[in-house]
Amino acid sequence: MNITFLLNGETVHAEAPATRTLLDWLREDRGLTGTKEGCNEGDCGACTVMVTDGSGPRALNACILFLPQLHGKSVRTVEGLAAPDGTLHPVQQAMIDHHGSQCGFCTPGFVVSMATAHAAGRTDHDDVLAGNLCRCTGYAPIIRAARAAEGAPAPAHIAEDGNGLAGRAPVQDATAGAPFLPATADALADWYAAHPDATLIAGATDVGLWVTKDLRDLAPVAFLSRCADLGDIADTGEYLRIGAAATMTDVLAALRPLHPSYAEMVRRYGSEQVRNAATLGGNIANGSPIGDNPPALIALGARLHLRHGQTRRELPIEDFFLDYGKQDRQPGEFVEAVTIPKTAPALRCYKISKRFDQDISALCGCFNVTVAEGVVTGARIAFGGMAGIPKRAAATEAALAGQPWTTQTLAAASAALAEDFQPLTDMRASAAYRLEVAQGLLIRYFEDLAGTGSQVLEVTP
Amino acid sequence: MSVHKASPHDAAALHVTGQARYVDDIPLPGNAVHLAFGLSRIARGRVTTMDLEKVRQAPGVIAVVTAGDLPGANDVSPSIHDEPLLCDGAVHYHGQPLFLVVADSHLAARKAARMGDVSYDEEPPVLTIEDALEKDWRFEDGPRVYTKGDVDAALAQAPNRLSGQIEMGGQEHFYLEGQAALALPQEGGDMVVHASTQHPTEIQHKVAEALNLPMHAVRVETRRMGGGFGGKESQGNALAVACAVAARLTGRPAKMRYDRDDDMTITGKRHDFRIDYTVGHDADGRILAVDFTQYTRCGWAQDLSLPVADRAMLHADNAYLLPNARITSHRLRTNMASATAFRGFGGPQGMVGIERVMDHLAHVLGLDPVELRRRNYYRAAPLAAPATPDTTPPAPGTKLDPGDVASRGATQVSSGLGAAKRFGGEFSPASPPEDSNTTPYHMEVTDFILHEMTDTLLKRADYTSRKAAVADWNAANARLKKGIGFSPVKFGISFTLTHLNQAGALVHVYQDGSVHMNHGGTEMGQGLFQKVAQVAASRFGLPLEAVKITATDTGKVPNTSATAASSGSDLNGMAVKAACDTIRDRMAACLAELHQVQPTDVVFAEGEVRVGAETMPFSRAAQIAYENRVSLSATGFYKTPEVAWDRIAGKGRPFFYFAYGAAITEVVIDTLTGENRILRTDILHDTGASLNPALDIGQIEGGYVQGAGWLTTEELWWDDRGRLRTHAPSTYKIPACSDRPDIFNVALWEGENRAETIYRSKAVGEPPFMLGISAHLALSDACAACGPAFPDLQAPATAEEVQRAIKRAQA
Repeated sequence: MNITFLLNGETVHAEAPATRTLLDWLREDRGLTGTKEGCNEGDCGACTVMVTDGSGPRALNACILFLPQLHGKSVRTVEGLAAPDGTLHPVQQAMIDHHGSQCGFCTPGFVVSMATAHAAGRTDHDDVLAGNLCRCTGYAPIIRAARAAEGAPAPAHIAEDGNGLAGRAPVQDATAGAPFLPATADALADWYAAHPDATLIAGATDVGLWVTKDLRDLAPVAFLSRCADLGDIADTGEYLRIGAAATMTDVLAALRPLHPSYAEMVRRYGSEQVRNAATLGGNIANGSPIGDNPPALIALGARLHLRHGQTRRELPIEDFFLDYGKQDRQPGEFVEAVTIPKTAPALRCYKISKRFDQDISALCGCFNVTVAEGVVTGARIAFGGMAGIPKRAAATEAALAGQPWTTQTLAAASAALAEDFQPLTDMRASAAYRLEVAQGLLIRYFEDLAGTGSQVLEVTP
Repeated sequence: MSVHKASPHDAAALHVTGQARYVDDIPLPGNAVHLAFGLSRIARGRVTTMDLEKVRQAPGVIAVVTAGDLPGANDVSPSIHDEPLLCDGAVHYHGQPLFLVVADSHLAARKAARMGDVSYDEEPPVLTIEDALEKDWRFEDGPRVYTKGDVDAALAQAPNRLSGQIEMGGQEHFYLEGQAALALPQEGGDMVVHASTQHPTEIQHKVAEALNLPMHAVRVETRRMGGGFGGKESQGNALAVACAVAARLTGRPAKMRYDRDDDMTITGKRHDFRIDYTVGHDADGRILAVDFTQYTRCGWAQDLSLPVADRAMLHADNAYLLPNARITSHRLRTNMASATAFRGFGGPQGMVGIERVMDHLAHVLGLDPVELRRRNYYRAAPLAAPATPDTTPPAPGTKLDPGDVASRGATQVSSGLGAAKRFGGEFSPASPPEDSNTTPYHMEVTDFILHEMTDTLLKRADYTSRKAAVADWNAANARLKKGIGFSPVKFGISFTLTHLNQAGALVHVYQDGSVHMNHGGTEMGQGLFQKVAQVAASRFGLPLEAVKITATDTGKVPNTSATAASSGSDLNGMAVKAACDTIRDRMAACLAELHQVQPTDVVFAEGEVRVGAETMPFSRAAQIAYENRVSLSATGFYKTPEVAWDRIAGKGRPFFYFAYGAAITEVVIDTLTGENRILRTDILHDTGASLNPALDIGQIEGGYVQGAGWLTTEELWWDDRGRLRTHAPSTYKIPACSDRPDIFNVALWEGENRAETIYRSKAVGEPPFMLGISAHLALSDACAACGPAFPDLQAPATAEEVQRAIKRAQA
């Protein structure tokens, strides 16, 4: 299909298969080899590009970004950061001055991430750069550079990206098998009902790997990138309704004032680039046993909204996950939204992984226990990474229900965890560790509610 | 002078603008072909049938190559011809290349490579140390053993003995630029190869063998790598040979790059080790004897495993004088990717062994681990000549009480010139007595500066009060525990395969006064090219911009050694210096004659040449020399002096000198989950008179974080069928940005190299990697705060391993 977008300030038309990645197109078709392939799965950031649309600039991994997702947007690569007169972008100059590059291969990705954050005035550099791996520098000089560039004026030529091609509708290719780019959830619903075997692509942070690693042909596909209404986050008074195509970056912003512990987990979810693309709906719909949102949503008592054509239904989110690789979703039916309560002061979410940032959880434990006058009046506890699906800890909850909120009760609940879960051993953790830490998290939760808990990320030297 | 200045990396401006060109960025002729390997799906057995019809029919496929189709040698081994490019029937590991797909695109080649229909006669893979020992699968005929003194007697007589064991995992290099090569066929069957390699001459050699060509018909060029770390010393051979073969067979340019998962599956990693130890010691913690047994899994082919294992033995002492020592090394063959070079080259593994002994001893004796280490340090180097002229060299083997020098500051360290001869080489005693300052391989340690460095670091890092603060924290906190760890580094500099300690250079001065510089070293990010350019600029008294850095090229400088063993600037800096001096001396002679002055009155400085009373720009001097028919091109050559040893006996002087460093790391752990992180790191590192302090600090910061990553989050995980399951960054976790220490203080020790190296600098590539050991020791210290027993922390200390160690401490 024919896709139109701004590339480093110039309008370009790309004629390419639906699952041609931006990275391959830049390097092979355009000869723009500054953007690098490091891992081809969105985990190293060497391919980071700046993509600007109506909601501003964001950093994305070009290796798992398909060309149709870019229609009507602005793309800026490392080659387009310096001003037309050759003046380096402040982050480029700072990287030179502070010795932020050694082998240089990760550098374009770093520089683009830094320039994107710079445009937004962000100074949370560790979070901004969590998705950019460097094997040479130990990161210290890169952070020095990022700090040095703070406050430098943003170059005008980059600010113009926001004027882009907004509003330019794609020319829908009518040929059979061509990708579909609906502009509304209604249009998507009709099309998907008629094409139930199709693959829906939202952020492509998971589906992208089906192409780059599994080498699958996905046709027919629909891209959700233009379905603005599917990404809405709406406050309904008691609930927050989060559209399935809301990015994790948007979700993080919405969660911060309401559910700080969940938000802290999302801060460590993927990376800046991944959160900028990944959607909440995608993390649910793919049914992964190690997705971090489902256990949090289960603990929150979230409800899932599914849609098939004009037919809608909703269910408690835990009921969506039937078995490993199997969800309660009919052909042609898609996740439309999630509703979550706006208040859950007792919600705590704990993500355990080998590395703090940008790592898939060995296990993820989410707790929401309400206590009145020292007695447990409600308990919702769910884990990821402990079973073939994100799963509620039914026996544990039962061991708590109606009991005094004490360490004795906790011990009983801890024993019950072993009934709830028989986790696997794999490269992320052993079964024994998973169970033991799940039990440890119960203690951490108890202490957190008591105000005595602490975690290593909170310790400063 | 350009040396000793903090110039940025020569390509920094190209890096940040995306203009720096790597192999995969080189524009290709339109008819280029792309390659991918079809890989074995079992770890051990034989291929019974290989039906590749579907591969041949796949879209975009031009040819499919199997072992029988190869025009020359089917071998990509850097050592003993035991590594077929394509499977010859026997399968030795999961991921071994079986066949080669030649296609019109990278993607088409990758897709087709998965379509092979291969059946196997599968055998149970040999994966563990125990399996390999039982089957006696090993390289060399038996364990290698180095001995100093009478270990058995000393152990028997020692008042106390202690035994233990530590396992440490391997490490994936995770160079950001995966392996890549490009072959361009030339007229008459010649071949030009662009390769991402630390060893262009080895690529040239293997390509020539594979094509049945003399080496002169193959030219290899390497401008830069996107990281190497040892992983591109031999592991690029397969891609370059595959490209050359495909280019020969198709007559078209051929490019190959591994997808990341393929890269991590096919290529070798750092050797994992298990080290068993028994130590005899006195009540004060002084070691009387040590018996180490080192086991390493080398994988399926020999590759560089012998010198890696040798270097592990050579660093089993680290910084400690071991009166009696025996080191036994088992180099085991297993059905895994062939373990290979990785920054430190076995040194880190050997060092972890003795550092574990020190911690174990300190724990058992209740001594401060730093104090215990200092008691066991080698004796300090003899004091350097005082500022007042005193030309009498100290007597060889002069002993100094460590107490005498404990408080010496950096400024009092050797002033350099002449010191090397005084302290080493021909002035060293031929057979040092066993109670002198000798290593387990009988080399006298004459440049030991860790007493002073330790003292300085402890003060700068405020060690004593912070150690007390850690104890206070641990007394007040039940769930989170802190730990603090100290580790020194003494790392031997020189290739242990002595003949590799040589380098060549080629320098041209053009008639406009600009300089073209070339040498055998390769640039992988370490800043070698800039450091050597600084040398060249300094020799001519020119600004750095006058020197053109050019790609490593086997057609310019032949018979080069790998850029490895931290040797790059030592060797190539000297070779370039020699070439520059040759040209400079020719120019001086010419100008001196024209002006009727002595050649020594011709001075090259600040871009100018002073000839007696007259001053002219360097460009004018070059023009005059040209017009007077003076050759303005020269080669330079260097070989490291004084190194000679017997690697079988483990005796002699394998190293020209030692590089030193020390680090203190503070960590915090969560006793409920084992989660942990580094809070603060203080480093003092010895780079001699640094050629470029900015680049050297970069090596230290980066080396530390990489070393800490090796011992913490970086876990390689094979399943019981020998399949590596951590073959992508999604599952293999190198340190991310926030994993660096919150506070990260790095300082350079001020002191010149006592050995006569280029501008008295010291090698810096590998030594700082081992500073990361302090992070592991700090984690062990934090675990030890959880209970009375020794936590016996293994490596990598993932959250899970920390959790296990906590339980051991509580037992």
